[in-house]
Amino acid sequence: MSLNLEAKPVPFLQILDIEGNVVDAQQMPQLSDNELRDLMRKMVFTRVWDQRAVKLARQGRLGFYAPVAGQEASMIGSEAATKKEDFLLPGYRDIPQLVWHGLPLHQAFLYSRGHQSGGKIPDDVNVLMPQIIIGAQIVEAAGVGLAFKLKGEKRVAVTYTGDGGTSQGDFYEGMNFAGAFNAPVVFVVQNNQFAISVPVHLQTAAQTLAQKAIAAGIHGVQVDGMDVLAVYAATKEAAERARNGEGPTLIEAVTFRYGPHTMSGDDPTRYRTKDLESEWEKKDPLVRFRRFLEGKGLWSEKDEETVIDEAKTAIQEALAKADAEPKMTITGLIDSMFESLPADLKRQRDEFSAEEGQ
Amino acid sequence: MAQMTMIQAITHALDLELARDERVLVFGEDVGNNGGVFRATEGLQKKYGADRVFDTPLAESGIIGLANGLAIQGFRPVPEIQFFGFVFEAFDQIAGQLARTRYRSGGRYTAPVTIRSPFGGGVHTPEMHADSLEGLFVQTPGIKVVIPSNPYEAKGLLLAAIRDPDPVIFLEHMKLYRSFRQEVPEDDYTIPLGVANVVREGKDATVIAYGAMVSVAQKAAEQWSKEKGFEAEVIDLRTISPIDIDTIVKSIQKTNRAIVVQEAQRSAGAAAEIVAQINEQAIYHLEAPVLRATPPDTVYPFGMIEDEWLPTPQYVVDTLNKVMTL
Repeated sequence: MSLNLEAKPVPFLQILDIEGNVVDAQQMPQLSDNELRDLMRKMVFTRVWDQRAVKLARQGRLGFYAPVAGQEASMIGSEAATKKEDFLLPGYRDIPQLVWHGLPLHQAFLYSRGHQSGGKIPDDVNVLMPQIIIGAQIVEAAGVGLAFKLKGEKRVAVTYTGDGGTSQGDFYEGMNFAGAFNAPVVFVVQNNQFAISVPVHLQTAAQTLAQKAIAAGIHGVQVDGMDVLAVYAATKEAAERARNGEGPTLIEAVTFRYGPHTMSGDDPTRYRTKDLESEWEKKDPLVRFRRFLEGKGLWSEKDEETVIDEAKTAIQEALAKADAEPKMTITGLIDSMFESLPADLKRQRDEFSAEEGQ
Repeated sequence: MAQMTMIQAITHALDLELARDERVLVFGEDVGNNGGVFRATEGLQKKYGADRVFDTPLAESGIIGLANGLAIQGFRPVPEIQFFGFVFEAFDQIAGQLARTRYRSGGRYTAPVTIRSPFGGGVHTPEMHADSLEGLFVQTPGIKVVIPSNPYEAKGLLLAAIRDPDPVIFLEHMKLYRSFRQEVPEDDYTIPLGVANVVREGKDATVIAYGAMVSVAQKAAEQWSKEKGFEAEVIDLRTISPIDIDTIVKSIQKTNRAIVVQEAQRSAGAAAEIVAQINEQAIYHLEAPVLRATPPDTVYPFGMIEDEWLPTPQYVVDTLNKVMTL
């Protein structure tokens, strides 16, 4: 008897190669020209926003910020495959998905600055604010998915974590609960190769992260996370399956972050080689998708410039709006703890409101 | 009216609330078909269906995470943690998530979740079943902690907890589950959270207690009256977060002396917070320092020595005598 231990335990999906050529026409998602252009528009916008956010964080005009350059395909491709009524439970790096799902940009900036208004999601936007505790969003997503199932709503919960996050207990519990309840959830793992300084091979001996789906008995697929069409196609199929009552899916998008882990003093030269970085720069999701669209006559330099200008203007406006937000108060924080304040907190409120009045 | 044990009163409250509000969901390990390891959810799945009362995989963080997700989509989950000693598995989902939902979303999302969980000593359970861990949640902003001491109050407090728009931890003392019966009305009534109850009037010292320590304090008060002729006023805190300091202060204004009795070890529980608040609000009414009658600061003991470790009426009387002579 010989066991074939080398075979990949889950399927791998790539539609565009790094030259922008279609390598798997069968899996090509059905997208109109406008929808294809929109994916590119959002990716370019997000790249500009990321570059600007990094600078603003250095200038002290933004606070906590986790760079996203390199991950545009995995973030935007997956979000674009959801419907407005689907509910997103993001990690701390997943701000672009929230914004493309409807969160106003100025609120993303307020979140970065540590203003409570950043988390006050508009009523018609179906997202939770970014989760700092890695893995917590995964178990919560199982609950959101079960809620949709119990209410008979054809909606899907979509949640994100990174490669390091797959080592958490909550990651396994969340997938396993969603599987046991056959809940409509899509779990997206953005494997950007490093959890701060720790490379993925130090997280696990598993050959892929997608195969962790096997432990929960759910579908698992690994996709080229630098290929926006592959991420879109995989997410679309997973969401449709979930919507039709066929249970959850784990999608591993293999990607790379060009910048540091966060703007809070991380230096990637301590743990990444120049060679590795330039190898991944060749896989840039924007470059390959631009080539694909140019080949179809759907994108030009002028289109790109228009988006860059649009992004710069939107960022300026959002910053102005964030600057205009009233300052937070201690009494405001106290008031937001409970629907009605317990007596001891009322006393503390009086104490602090007197101080605020001075 | 019916004679009920505390566990029956709890089942009865869950039954009433499942019938009244279709958003209420009851779930946890073995709460469905089995009716709970203590029979607290007996018959409920049969009556309301497996969409309302259901079993979960064996994972506490997953259970509370499930409750969080269900709550932000409009349900009113009543999850169970089989024994509160297992709460460490779910600590982030309670203290890191549930308690903060309203705050971190500026009120956009809320978490009307009631976590039921048994705890408490005196019934010789294995390790990590009896520990009094309520103090961990007294220190957690955004969550209320309720501990009933009898069947009547268990029903009224549980109904109030489930209807509360914010998260509540409802701790059920295992020794009280079936130790006595009490008249419990069949109708719908609530007991407000955050309000203590004076269960024995007295003029010489105030004894503040909760959970199984309420009856220990009451026994001590009777013994003290017989032995010394002193009358202790006994307060059942009922909610230990937030603490009803007004009722405590009012009592101390009359008695001028106080002790706190708790089953948790000395530096845990709610006692230190109670003493601090008395210090802030009633120091000029005190004739003596406020003392704590508690077990020592050790890990919860093995079964063989449990009864010696837990506060007894005699120990409470000794503490009262001390506070009278200071």
